[in-house]
Amino acid sequence: MTKKHKAIALISGGLDSLLAVRVLQEQGIEVEGINFYTGFCVEGHTHAIRNSDKDKQKRNNALWAAEQLGIKLHIVDVIEEYKDVLLNPKHGYGANMNPCLDCKVFMVSKAVEWVKENRKDGFDFIITGEVIGQRPMSQRKKTMPIIAAESGADDILLRPLCAKNLPATKPELEGWVDREKLYDFSGRNRKPQIALAEEFGFKDYASPAGGCCFLTDKSYSAKLVDMWQRRGTREYEMDDIMLLKVGRHLRPKPEFKIIIARDAGESKYLAGYRKQFLTIQVVSHNGPLSIVDGDIKPEDIELAAGVVARYGQGRDAEQVEVEVSVPGEEKQTIKITPLLIEQVPEDWHV
Amino acid sequence: MSHYELDARRMLCPMPVIKTQNKIKELADGDILEVFCTDPGALSDIPAWARINGHEVIGHREKDDEIIISVRVSV
Repeated sequence: MTKKHKAIALISGGLDSLLAVRVLQEQGIEVEGINFYTGFCVEGHTHAIRNSDKDKQKRNNALWAAEQLGIKLHIVDVIEEYKDVLLNPKHGYGANMNPCLDCKVFMVSKAVEWVKENRKDGFDFIITGEVIGQRPMSQRKKTMPIIAAESGADDILLRPLCAKNLPATKPELEGWVDREKLYDFSGRNRKPQIALAEEFGFKDYASPAGGCCFLTDKSYSAKLVDMWQRRGTREYEMDDIMLLKVGRHLRPKPEFKIIIARDAGESKYLAGYRKQFLTIQVVSHNGPLSIVDGDIKPEDIELAAGVVARYGQGRDAEQVEVEVSVPGEEKQTIKITPLLIEQVPEDWHV
Repeated sequence: MSHYELDARRMLCPMPVIKTQNKIKELADGDILEVFCTDPGALSDIPAWARINGHEVIGHREKDDEIIISVRVSV
């Protein structure tokens, strides 16, 4: 009996990995998906936090893609291991704090480990939705062999959407996969993928241009760099990287930053940090919950409260009442005047 | 058949899904796992994960700010 070959596919939840899997399924290859959670992935949690996103469908795109494809999906927590990728990228960063090439090498190497562990079940190669020229840093003709070599995948890494532009891999050479039925997509033009999606009947897939990582976001990267600089260390915990996704961040003084919720959803989320951080909230008017990250001196509390009051409904009142809560201490209520807009300089915004 | 509980409170998706997935690997066919979550995103993600991996969500209930999702394990 001919051995049945199986592939593990890196599933981001975007269109390319969705198509790459379906292309192989069309050839009768059994595929399962693997998705890595770094902590920086743009997935459901921000939808859970912000009110304005409530109308958006709360779905995890990787799970959605797997369901469309009828494949199993293994989600792997790589938060701890990913720190070294972010902090020490061999190939450097992209336009922001995105170490895309190292990230791809890391994820493919994790898939190689998975294949080794599951070889007994017939898994013997890896597929990705990569397309030459699609991404400026990681998906270039020059980087494709780097990813294959540095991840240890070598010739068991197949990119079905651009395979015809690359040397044949083991699954093609061994005849497990028909190279003629693979594709030769290249460049940033998304039309071929959109046409193929239509051919396969995929609708409502995640935005083709949408990135899947907060580290490619300019504003997020600026907040991350600010946090590292002020702390004097690049260590981070999960709570740190989650809080960078929430609220407005203002730094009136080098030693502390205020995170001000932008809506009720974010206020509710920040309330979960009351036991860890000093919190400030206007109580005489409607206003956002805010937390203070860093070491704030007692004489600066009024300043911080004045900033917070600027973002509540009492911003034009002469005086507002503000509740200041320090973990483990009794809450205090103070009366302050909200800062005027010109008293909150632009460079306080992180 | 045994009954298990999993604390996924204060975790944001997809962490409740990952914790559920990893716990279920240790369980036997027919076991029931109750996952305690606070992220409403879990209400769509855990059932989606269960559907594609062949497990069954047999119900959910909400208590205060918590969502408790019951999954029947299928091995």
